[in-house]
This record gives sequence, C-alpha cells and structure tokens, in this order.
Amino acid sequence: MSLTRIPTGYVPLTDAAPLIAAQEMGFAAEERLTLDLHRAPSWSSLRDMLAFGRVDAAHMLAPVPVAAALGLGGASAPLSVLSVLSVNGTVIGVSSSLARRLIDAGYRFSFDDALSAGRALTAAAGPNLRIGVPFPFSMHAELLTYWLKGLGTDTPAGIGIRTVPPPLMTEAIRNGEIDAFCVGEPWGSMAVEQGIGALLLPGQAIWSFAPEKVLTVRSTWAETEPGLTGRLIRALWRAGRWLADPASCGLAAEILSSRRYLDLPAEIIERALSGKFTVSAQGLQRGAPGFIGFHDGAAGFPWRSQAQWIALQLARRNGLDGETALAKAGSVFRSDLYRNALRGTGADLPAASSKLEGAVSSPLLAAGESETVSLLKNRFFDGRVFDPLAAP
Amino acid sequence: MLCRMPDTLSIIVVEADRERAFMIVDGLREAGEFDIHVISEPSRLARQIQLQDPDVVLIDIENPSRDVLEELALASGPKDRPVAMFVDRSEDGMTSAAVEAGVSAYVVDGLQPARLKPVLDAAIARFRMFQRMRTELAETKRALEERKVIDRAKGMIMKARGIGEDEAYALLRKAAMDQNKRVAEIAQALVSAAGLLA
Repeated sequence: MSLTRIPTGYVPLTDAAPLIAAQEMGFAAEERLTLDLHRAPSWSSLRDMLAFGRVDAAHMLAPVPVAAALGLGGASAPLSVLSVLSVNGTVIGVSSSLARRLIDAGYRFSFDDALSAGRALTAAAGPNLRIGVPFPFSMHAELLTYWLKGLGTDTPAGIGIRTVPPPLMTEAIRNGEIDAFCVGEPWGSMAVEQGIGALLLPGQAIWSFAPEKVLTVRSTWAETEPGLTGRLIRALWRAGRWLADPASCGLAAEILSSRRYLDLPAEIIERALSGKFTVSAQGLQRGAPGFIGFHDGAAGFPWRSQAQWIALQLARRNGLDGETALAKAGSVFRSDLYRNALRGTGADLPAASSKLEGAVSSPLLAAGESETVSLLKNRFFDGRVFDPLAAP
Repeated sequence: MLCRMPDTLSIIVVEADRERAFMIVDGLREAGEFDIHVISEPSRLARQIQLQDPDVVLIDIENPSRDVLEELALASGPKDRPVAMFVDRSEDGMTSAAVEAGVSAYVVDGLQPARLKPVLDAAIARFRMFQRMRTELAETKRALEERKVIDRAKGMIMKARGIGEDEAYALLRKAAMDQNKRVAEIAQALVSAAGLLA
C-alpha cells in the first residue's frame, strides 16, 4: 500500500495535537496518507509557506483565512478551511506583579467568571494595560477585544493589544513589556512554571465554544485534489476523536513533548489536555473542564456562522463594510467539503451549516443529516447572541 | 521620520547576530546605494520600524518576531504607509526564491519591483549562504556528537571484553548491520543501557 505524502505545517502548540496524532497514531495511514510535518517558526511564515505551496495543509489560527478573504494582512492565496481542529484552548494570564495587585484587591482567581475577572483586572492594572497576543489575526485578539468592550462603561481607553510571538511571551512579561497576555497552551503554563505570571481565565470563559485552530489549505488545492481533501478531513476527524478520549491524554502529551514537536515537558503540556491547571507560582490549582475540544459537540464542523462572527469583528476593527465582510467570509469555512468527506462514517453532521452563535446555554440535541447531533454549551460571557442573518 | 536622499531606498535589516548583520549589510552595499539600518533588539520592533519609516524590511523567515511585522501591515490611517509582504507584487519568481532562501521582505505599498530587485537579489544570495552555513554547522555538530558516543561505546567494549580498539569497532559495526541501524545508534543504545546498569 503506497502512502500519499502531504506536506503539512504547524506551529508548536498543544493544539497542533490533531495533526501530530493523525500522523503518529496511524489515522493518516488509515487514509493512505503520510503527513510530512513541518514546524513553522511563526504564523506569518506558515501562512506564506501554505500560500506558496511549500506545504499543502496547515494548522492555522481561525481568523487568518478569514482575514485573507477580506484582503487584510500580508499577501496570501485564497484559503479554504476544511475543518475545525480545536475549540477553545487559549488562556489569559497576568504578570506576577499584576497578580499580586489583584490578590491585594481581594480577587480570588476563580478561573471561570470573565466579567468579575475583567473588572478586577482593569481596576488593578490602571489605565495603560498592555496585553500581548500571538498574532494580529487570532482568536486571542478577537476574544480579548470582545471581552474588554463587554465589561461595561469603565473600560480604560489606554488598553493596548500588541503582537508578541508565543515563545517570546514569557520574556516580554519578564522584561515588563506587557502586563498581561492571551496565548495558546503550553505558553501560559510555561509562564506560571517560570514564576513570572499567573493565569486569570481560560478563553472559554469569554466564549464557551470558540473555534480556535482550523485545518487550512489553498482553495485551488481543495478544487484540484478532492480525493486528498476528503482523506485529510477523515484522518483529522479520527485523530480528534482519539484525542477527546480522556485515556489518550497522557500518551498525547508524551508524543507532543518530543524533541521533534514541542520539545517541552509533557507534564506541562498535559495540563491543557486534562483541564487541570496550576494557575500561580504558589501552586494554586484550578480546573477548567473542556478547556480544549477536539471532537465532542461536532467540534470539527466548520460552521459558516463561526467564520462570519470572526469576519464581523475584523471588519469592525479595521473599518471595513460589515455586510461585504459577512458575504466574503461565508464561503471560507467549507462545511460542504466536510459533509462530503464524512457522510456515512458515523460522524456528527448537523442539518444546518450556520447557527446562532452564543445561543446554547446547556448541551442540547439538534437536527442532523441522519441522526440528531448533540451540541455543547455555546455562550458568550455577556449573554449576547450572534445571528449571522441579522448582523451587522 | 529621518531625512534622506529622496531617491535612496531605505532598508531595515532585522538581525540579532552581529556577524550576520554585517554580512547582509555588505552584500547590500555591493548591490547599490541604500540607506541601511540594522535592528538587533526584537523588543518594540514594530515601534522602531514605524519611527524609521523604511521602504523595505528584511527579516529571517526563522525569526518568530516576524509576526510582529504583520501588525504594520494593518496600519490603518490614510497617511500611514502600509507595509505589505512584497510577494503579492512580484512577478518573476523572486518570491519563491526568497522563501527558499529563508528571507522575508516587507515593502511599502507601491514600490516599483525594478527598484526592489537588486535589494532582494543581494539579500537572497546572503541568506542562501547562511542556510548552507547553518546546515554545515548542524551536520558538523552531529558528527562530533556521534564520534564521542562511538568512542565511549568502543572504550566500554574494549574494557568488558579485553579486546583492542579495531576489534571493538568491528563488533559495533556488525551489530549495526545485523539490526539494520547506524553505528552511532547502536553506540548510543549501549552507552544509555550502561548508564542504567551502573
């Protein structure tokens, strides 16, 4: 049996797990594929590697292909999202000195309530809070902006969100260049481990079902390689199902920690996978069940409404027309290709390709193509609901 | 904003290593008259670049700070000179040549490809050289490490069996051939195992 090689790029983060597991655990081979995994030093270089054909598939921040469709950022070829690789999985943290001020002010680091955490943070930080995010087009930047705006009237005007590449995040905190950060694991836990920061919130406290990383290809590749596209989607779906099994957690962390991939301690990587965090240098423990989702609640399904939520935030921040942005973003997340690839495999396929975002307050059953599909909690911290048909 | 001759392209090179920075600057000087600045400190990169307002920014693709430059591509006000990765306006394969060589170039909107070409040609040549040097260095290091491990394994076999060096190496090589592995791998396994037993 000969395997087809697909050059695939990823950034060394815990949520690269589906691609790494697909290759290492044989899910790719089941589809007669070999993922030739290339570790990328930055998101911009990975996007360019994809655009110029050095890789054919990539682990990508969900807003990057949407931004490309809106003509924002560096040059790029048109990109298509085949599936959502992970839901949630980011963490917000603060420098040790800011953590001390929060504790002095009586904040208890409950690690679950975005509203109280946000108010405590802006009160303790003063008017010039500087927050690092990994990339201008990232859920980190979108969730932070959404959160800070939704806190009420007293949000200071001087808050600055700036780009700091994840491996440099701990150094930027240590040097006092930023006071807080929103980053993908394991870099939040690394900051705690190095004794320079404390974790304030998991990203899910702002939006409980936020698409985080997406499987992205060039749109032309998706057109010319329909067979490979389907095999890739199926391999990643199986990898996600394996990762969602709590029994896989330890092994997944081991594999990710190897020198070839993240080259960081397995114990620290495992925190995100198990949802059990050490949030301060003093060893304070907090749980975040469902911190990162790979499978449950139809996690892999690329909802058009997810792309549209992202597009609308990008449009608002960059002065673009909202309606045009919604129209352009709708076709970036390829729910059609996802359905074609997984029909008949037993995968959850919802009947609709778009939904109200933020409208599910507890798990529920929704209409599916053949059977019903269970959806997980999907709420914004401020209780607002995004209706792509009623926006902007 | 700095004063400069209106026709001279201004170039910023982002490079922490002094030697490499010098080599890039030399390469660019040979290619033409440019106003060149080197930034070696990655912190506040975006701000430093905004202050200098260059026409071209050159940065190693391997440098994670590259993501900071994307912020500049978002420059919003009409008076800001947006920085874009050059690749969208290059027509003659310069893009892939640059990517292959490991250099990213950001240029201000509207810069003529003809003016950019000598800069990129020079940068690409230097970066290709760095890439070769990097590969050679890695290979040399690996070879040295392997030599050390093989020597240790040989020494252990010589002691344990009371045999000479050549004989010990022949044993290692035979084991490697039998198991379809490299001599260095067999040597490493022996050294690790001995460490556990000691």
